[in-house]
Amino acid sequence: MRRYFLPALKLTIVLILLTAGLYPLLIAGIGKLTPGKGDGVTVTHHGRVVGYANIGQKFTDEKYFQSRPSAVDYNAGGSGGSNKGPSNPDYLKIVQARIDTFLVHNPGIRKEQIPAELVTASGSGLDPDLSPAGALVQVPRIARLRGIPEEKVQQLVQDHVKGPLLGMFGPSKVNVLQLNIALDNIK
Amino acid sequence: MNTEIAGIIATYALTLIIAIPLGSYVAKMFKGEKTWLDFLAPVERFIYKLCGINPKEEMNWKQHLKALLTINLLWFVYAFFLLLFQDKLPLNPDGNPAQSPDLAFNTAISFLVNCNLQHYSGETGVTYFTQLFVITFLQFVSAATGIAAVVVVFKALKEKTTTKLGNFWVFLVKTNTRLLIPICIVVAVVLAFNGTPTSYAGKDTIVTMQGDTVGVSRGPAAGMIAIKHLGTNGGGWFGANSIHPLENPNYLTNMTEAVAQTIIPIAMVFALGFFIDRRRFSRIIFGVMTAGMILLMIPTLIAEIGGNPAIAKMGITQATGAMEGKEVRFGPAATAYWSTITTIISTGSVNGFHDSTMPMTGMMELVAMMTNCFYGGCGVGILNYFIFIIIAVFMSGLMVGRTPEFMGHKVEAKEIKIAALVALLSPFLILAGTALSSYILSHHIGTGWATPPANWLNNPGYHGFSEMLYEYTSSNANNGSGFEGLGDGNVFWNVSTGFVLILGRYLPILGPVAIAGIMAQKKYVPESAGTLRTDTVTFGVMTMAVIVIIAALSFFPALALGPIAEYFSLY
Repeated sequence: MRRYFLPALKLTIVLILLTAGLYPLLIAGIGKLTPGKGDGVTVTHHGRVVGYANIGQKFTDEKYFQSRPSAVDYNAGGSGGSNKGPSNPDYLKIVQARIDTFLVHNPGIRKEQIPAELVTASGSGLDPDLSPAGALVQVPRIARLRGIPEEKVQQLVQDHVKGPLLGMFGPSKVNVLQLNIALDNIK
Repeated sequence: MNTEIAGIIATYALTLIIAIPLGSYVAKMFKGEKTWLDFLAPVERFIYKLCGINPKEEMNWKQHLKALLTINLLWFVYAFFLLLFQDKLPLNPDGNPAQSPDLAFNTAISFLVNCNLQHYSGETGVTYFTQLFVITFLQFVSAATGIAAVVVVFKALKEKTTTKLGNFWVFLVKTNTRLLIPICIVVAVVLAFNGTPTSYAGKDTIVTMQGDTVGVSRGPAAGMIAIKHLGTNGGGWFGANSIHPLENPNYLTNMTEAVAQTIIPIAMVFALGFFIDRRRFSRIIFGVMTAGMILLMIPTLIAEIGGNPAIAKMGITQATGAMEGKEVRFGPAATAYWSTITTIISTGSVNGFHDSTMPMTGMMELVAMMTNCFYGGCGVGILNYFIFIIIAVFMSGLMVGRTPEFMGHKVEAKEIKIAALVALLSPFLILAGTALSSYILSHHIGTGWATPPANWLNNPGYHGFSEMLYEYTSSNANNGSGFEGLGDGNVFWNVSTGFVLILGRYLPILGPVAIAGIMAQKKYVPESAGTLRTDTVTFGVMTMAVIVIIAALSFFPALALGPIAEYFSLY
């Protein structure tokens, strides 16, 4: 092994400098040219930074569109899902409770209308999006509490739906933070 | 849902469009033929000179393995001590603590062997320094190790009779300079422009729209996420891996990362054909591997798009499939696609948590890792498949009553013994590990070294058993994904999986390299009408049968106790 030790040691040092030193610095340099300058893209509302564009947040006030359940309570200092298995009885009780709570707070909505993402926790715990159905099902509640016509809120949701990539690939989605900011801006 | 299916078809098509020419490029590069990155040659010559390497010196298979093991041992020591003292090192803006010795042992091994099992969370368990100088570094060099090893096998298969199989250091350096780093730069730039952080700024604190104060972890992540996929490593910058909205911000990055992790494994299959000038042989292997992937993916897609039957019973329609542990921007189809890809090619990154997938999906994930050769990890996928080829050659030889031959060399007792040993190692490590953990769980619950704070299972019953089975399967396959509910941050799991990781990595590298090396030393027997042809569909089917029998027979009882039992309790 001695024959290989010195070349191995020297090569290790060179590869460390290359892959852990230079390479990330190069990417950080290129990152300076991106929208968030490599620090992450933030969202400003009324002159104040209220969050990151890609990271979801919690809305407890019923006058706002609510995000998905989160296993980390939307604290992006960490991240994670519930890791509950599909047959876990305690987990299924939690889902049932979420359904019941939703029905209480959204009178007139039937169970079948509740999209799955509103009663299941996301993987990251920071999911910024809802499916269009997940936002639309909350429209009657928000319209009623804010005293705005339902059509207007519905239109707002439709305007914020991001379609599939190139119109062809992947699901449609609505960013909850941006939707709620727009909701606050309705006169 | 149609756009979601279109999305995964496009992802796979894009993968092939890149992987096939890449295979030709890889073959040319290792043959020393002209490629368009030849301008890097002076850089490489400078590296060889600096390190005292003579690039023209040819090694035999034993020397290759000695070089491989020496440098890997060095990397382990380096990584272990850095993790142990990371709190005292620079680039730690979040003030994260050092890793405990057992955790540092597990982490160092895990990244060294291209597994990336993570018994910590990226936000708190490592510093920017160790993320880059341990994890990113090992993600590059462990992938390069696998590729260098398979190139030794390529060389051995190409030559008639030889002991000269090229220079290990050259393979290692070229894999980095001409394959991994250039493609990684492209992937990292795509990620950076889609919102993945790249700067060295520490954790941010923000006040949300409704007034909550929360942290936002960041860091120079884009470069690491690129190599994590390209090198089939899989370890995430953040705890939630590629489910995290900064690690995988949108559908475009999701496609990019899915393509990045699959191109080298597929390219290596074609590279083999280009390298040894037997393209038909490569196409047959590719056919078998793709059939394996499709057989695993279809049940997964059906289960995930169909949703959780227990939630359906509550009256929820689940038009968007099973959403627990998934993200809206990917949807169930892309997550199902990813879960199959990441388990067959031993990446182990996730874009939806496997612990919350349906029982059928869980079983497909397990079987994918148990077979571990449908495309497989960087380099090692072919090595694993090579073992099954040798066994298939031997069995076919027995059936027709001829001395088994492969690529013009006799396959004799020694080679078969090595192949059988490697093939049986996986069932042994996985099943013995799971049995041991089940025993400890039922007899030593609450012991400090095993189960703090309490029971390490996050789910009861059959699913809990699957969590333990998954952890050892993932360790042995050097995959790195997990049923992450498992409380694995303790001495028992860190140490026991650590040893499974070492054995599950090095024996399946040593075995095939030894077999190929020994065969290449033998007298060349020209092909005749009596030779068993290995580039036919029949032989492909034979290999598939060997894979299915070894995986199905060995693991069926364990699968019956876990995902199969859960399936029948749920549907």
